[in-house]
Amino acid sequence: MVVRTDVLAQNTLEGAAERAFQLRWPAVAGAIGLLLVVGVVSVLQGAGGLAVSGVVRALVGAVPGIDVAQTLTTQQEGLFWQIRVPRTVLAAMVGASLGMAGAGYQGVFRNPLADPYLLGVSAGAGLGAVLALGFGLDLSWGPIGALPAAAFLGAVLAVTGSVLVARGSFRTPATLLLAGVAMAALFSATQTYALQRLDQDRAREVLSWLFGRLATHGWQPVILLVPYVVLAGLVLLVHARHLDVLRLGDDEARALGLRPARSRLVVVTAATLLTAAAVSVSGLIGFVGLVTPHAVRLVVGHAYRMVLPLSALVGGAFLALADIGARTLAAPEELPVGVVTAFVGAPFFCVVLWRGRRDG
Amino acid sequence: MAYHGVEVLRQIRLDLHAGQWLGLIGPNGSGKSTLLRAAVGLVPSSGRFEMAHGRTPTPTDLSLMPQTPHLPDGMSVVEYVLLGRTAHLGWFGTESSADRQLAVAVLRRLGMASFAERTVQQLSGGEAQRVVIARALVQRAPVLLLDEPTSALDLGHQVEVLELVDELRHEEGLTVVAAMHDLSIAARYADRLALLHHGRMVAHGLPDDVLTPDLLSRVYGHPLRVHTLDGHLIVAPAPRQPVTRNSSHSG
Repeated sequence: MVVRTDVLAQNTLEGAAERAFQLRWPAVAGAIGLLLVVGVVSVLQGAGGLAVSGVVRALVGAVPGIDVAQTLTTQQEGLFWQIRVPRTVLAAMVGASLGMAGAGYQGVFRNPLADPYLLGVSAGAGLGAVLALGFGLDLSWGPIGALPAAAFLGAVLAVTGSVLVARGSFRTPATLLLAGVAMAALFSATQTYALQRLDQDRAREVLSWLFGRLATHGWQPVILLVPYVVLAGLVLLVHARHLDVLRLGDDEARALGLRPARSRLVVVTAATLLTAAAVSVSGLIGFVGLVTPHAVRLVVGHAYRMVLPLSALVGGAFLALADIGARTLAAPEELPVGVVTAFVGAPFFCVVLWRGRRDG
Repeated sequence: MAYHGVEVLRQIRLDLHAGQWLGLIGPNGSGKSTLLRAAVGLVPSSGRFEMAHGRTPTPTDLSLMPQTPHLPDGMSVVEYVLLGRTAHLGWFGTESSADRQLAVAVLRRLGMASFAERTVQQLSGGEAQRVVIARALVQRAPVLLLDEPTSALDLGHQVEVLELVDELRHEEGLTVVAAMHDLSIAARYADRLALLHHGRMVAHGLPDDVLTPDLLSRVYGHPLRVHTLDGHLIVAPAPRQPVTRNSSHSG
């Protein structure tokens, strides 16, 4: 009897060692499945009266090597491939970006309340958008339009300002955080002032952007976002282990061979650029970056090698789902998608806090 | 070496030999912890720490068991121990099966096999100390630095942990440098002692030579006696003078 329990413990030990810090493929597969399901529902749904069979044929026919008779008209195909599908893909990519960036920020600041807008990204992007949309500031460059360019630059400027105010020190995240709060306040105040100077129509247009907008014509925003998602995603994944070690505190992390300030700098840079890119094409969509990592942690635990990629997948699914809501809940009008994420995200977050789960 | 602009440690020269246990002793604030932390680069120092042939130590040479280790929420014992392999991991930070097998072996050796999937928060004081030792061992560094490894443990657990470290020292050929506050326990386990006082090393050598009542009383600021019991040195305060209300005699 003693021998058997020993053997059982042995097996559990080996198994536990195998599982530690490993990507749990069932969870990943589940998240991918979820994303695909939401994606398909999203492209099936929408105005324009496209027959479901026609849509399915279009999707299946798009797979290289499969030849299926298309039943959509050319005009319907245009609607499908140039508006609906890019919108869904954009929603998934923006959601993935925000989810991953949020997980990265939470790892750097070791604070479950961190979200990707912490260092001033949203305030900076908002000011840029107000200046571009409202006052015609044109910083467009090549394929990048005035609005995305201004938003991106504003976001990057605000975060750079935060880092400078904190004396470029990534040794004390608390200082960086406070600098971010100060910068965000500054940019936000300027944005409000600028908004006030605008006439009503302009102001409304700007506000609708500020609340998040995924409507798109064509694939351009998606294409703009791809390099950021790929590069920043890679950098974040490489540093997943760093974030796990940082949970021990700077001293112990350093004794184990990590350079905490450098790790934090790299993760913040990647997450910020990713967020700035996402925000520049979609406006300020809240709660995805904050809530997604929490939801993921509830299912798969705290290891960042799991939390980061799953936050991307679940964030994408969440935002695509929210976008479906944005398009359907107030039909025929469209709700700003940021409103939907807030209505879903805020209660979820309250429940999480109320149940007293604490993350590190 | 200076710390926040105040010189904390000076004129300390210590040579370690492989397999030796060096005990760092001295009153609070004498610099024992600071010395260990300086060795792994946690505090800036103008001193020099060298491995054989003058090489600067890295985390593969020195592993530190901190005085108050931080045990993160929701982290399992196995994950915590695997963090010790950080210095050995490649670019993507993925553990190889060799890393995992090492963690398994160490946990089994420390009798923690059944604790593998428990979170570190759920462990008792003694169990947590063993897990921290496991993490330090998994680093595979030939020199183990222990910062007050038993300060939070009761006497039974103190002996248990130190016996374990001694066994591992002999099995693995480790060199141990331990900052210890209990002089008697330090005398029992260390081959050599270094007595620190106000950042200076005032004595260094065999426990018999270092633990002298006059020196100790001076350093600790209180009359101390050194006794021998069962062949071991015991340091204890000098006999108490009875407190008398009306007597003005001093002891």
